[in-house]
Amino acid sequence: MKAGGRLEALLERGEFVVTAEVGPPKGASSKGIRSHAALLKDFVDAINITDNQTAIVRLCSLAGALHVLAEGAEPVMQITCRDRNRIAIQSDVLGAASLGIKNILCLTGDHQSFGNHPGARNVFDLDSIQLISMLKGMRDEKRFQCGEEMKVEPRIFIGAAENPFADPLEFRAVRLAKKVAAGADFIQTQGIFDLERFHRFMEAVREAGLHKRVAILAGVIPAKSFGAMKYMSTVPGMSIPRALLDRMKAAEKPEEEGVNICVELIRELRKVEGVRGVHIMAVAWESIVPTIVERAGLLPRPQAALPA
Amino acid sequence: MIVAERKPMEAVASLVAPYERILVVGCGECVTVCMAGGEKEVEVMASALRLMRGKEGRPVTVETETVQRQCEPEYLVPLDKKAEAAEVILSMGCGVGVQFLAERFAQRWVVPALDTKFAGGVREAGVWEERCGLCGDCVLHLTGGICPVIRCSKSLLNGPCGGSHGGNCEIKRETRCAWQLIYDRLKGLGRLELLTPVLPPKDWSTARDGGPRQVVREDARL
Repeated sequence: MKAGGRLEALLERGEFVVTAEVGPPKGASSKGIRSHAALLKDFVDAINITDNQTAIVRLCSLAGALHVLAEGAEPVMQITCRDRNRIAIQSDVLGAASLGIKNILCLTGDHQSFGNHPGARNVFDLDSIQLISMLKGMRDEKRFQCGEEMKVEPRIFIGAAENPFADPLEFRAVRLAKKVAAGADFIQTQGIFDLERFHRFMEAVREAGLHKRVAILAGVIPAKSFGAMKYMSTVPGMSIPRALLDRMKAAEKPEEEGVNICVELIRELRKVEGVRGVHIMAVAWESIVPTIVERAGLLPRPQAALPA
Repeated sequence: MIVAERKPMEAVASLVAPYERILVVGCGECVTVCMAGGEKEVEVMASALRLMRGKEGRPVTVETETVQRQCEPEYLVPLDKKAEAAEVILSMGCGVGVQFLAERFAQRWVVPALDTKFAGGVREAGVWEERCGLCGDCVLHLTGGICPVIRCSKSLLNGPCGGSHGGNCEIKRETRCAWQLIYDRLKGLGRLELLTPVLPPKDWSTARDGGPRQVVREDARL
């Protein structure tokens, strides 16, 4: 075991894992995050806490991850490269590990122009692949990025994201290979609607043998309405087939149809060789996650002892 | 070249508003080429200031001079007399020029007429685009001659990110994704293997982080 967390233990046992995402609040309250964690903890194996997603200031992912821990659930703390340099990130990683956080997801981060402080200066001292590599060096070689040694290394299960739908398409599996080479233990993908393109991506992944070296969790996003799905279809790096958009448009109860689609996708994704779990991104609709997990036939969640 | 753009006329006028004797100084290098602060723009500026101040009923004396370059002290010597007679010097050079003028004319107020934008070139007639981030440690041999530090909106060395779409960057649809350009060029040249290794974190100590950087050439020193 690299970190000794629940997510790692379940993956090691060969369980099909379920993770979900919770966005911290735009305020100093722990209430929402704790109630979401309490609601989700028996339905998912780990909960991602986003790091100022879409560059909007929110409660920090380290504090959010601690609130999740306090509810008895396992957090995946997200770290982006947008706001912090290698000094700050390494410091946060040491702090997080010292507080019992076992999983960190390494992201480049959304550009600040999408957020509520477009005049902010970005950092991007590292990119996500260099971040993965830095964490692996800290954990496995007990070395800081500068090469200096440390006494007590952070035991972290290292995650990364990958978007199978961004361009250039034929490069995405190569880029995943770079993340694996850098030291990623698990991958959470961008939300999948376009199964055909995802199948092609996974074929390339299997051809390179990457599915045996990294645990790939397929991302899904339940759409609450036709408008929401339509908006998602315009986001760069998202691919939503016409047929799904039509289904949402025609739906009498769009929320139900959104859940139906999500559940169907999970059932299909589960059959894909190399997919070791599913990551449900229902930010601002966290309450729907238990229903999706249940209807996808993923209950009860297997038990694994949480680290002391 | 250094690419610059004139500040809005109202902003320039407000910078020199308290003064009655103005010296407008142009530069014959980059800002002449990018049509921001050469001889022609200096004369236009002088006329505009005279006109604006005349309309306000506060006439002004405007002298002009365009030096070969503002970023080398010896070229500033011919300005001494006019600078002495002026209350304010309005530099139409880049930020470097403004500072060299301020250093030479310690007793004169010196203000910028331009916003200095970037190191770039002419993409098409009338369009200048950034090409170099001046990071002090060139990586263009690794990326097919396309700079990810400045042309990728996140300066990724191991791109592209998930926001590359149809060859464009997610933050501005009209901006080409640098990593798509790099990929296409390396593919065309049969050099895609350059993209397999993970490029390590960059050493930014050669970049802007430690006060003004210097290049010293002993063979060129007096």
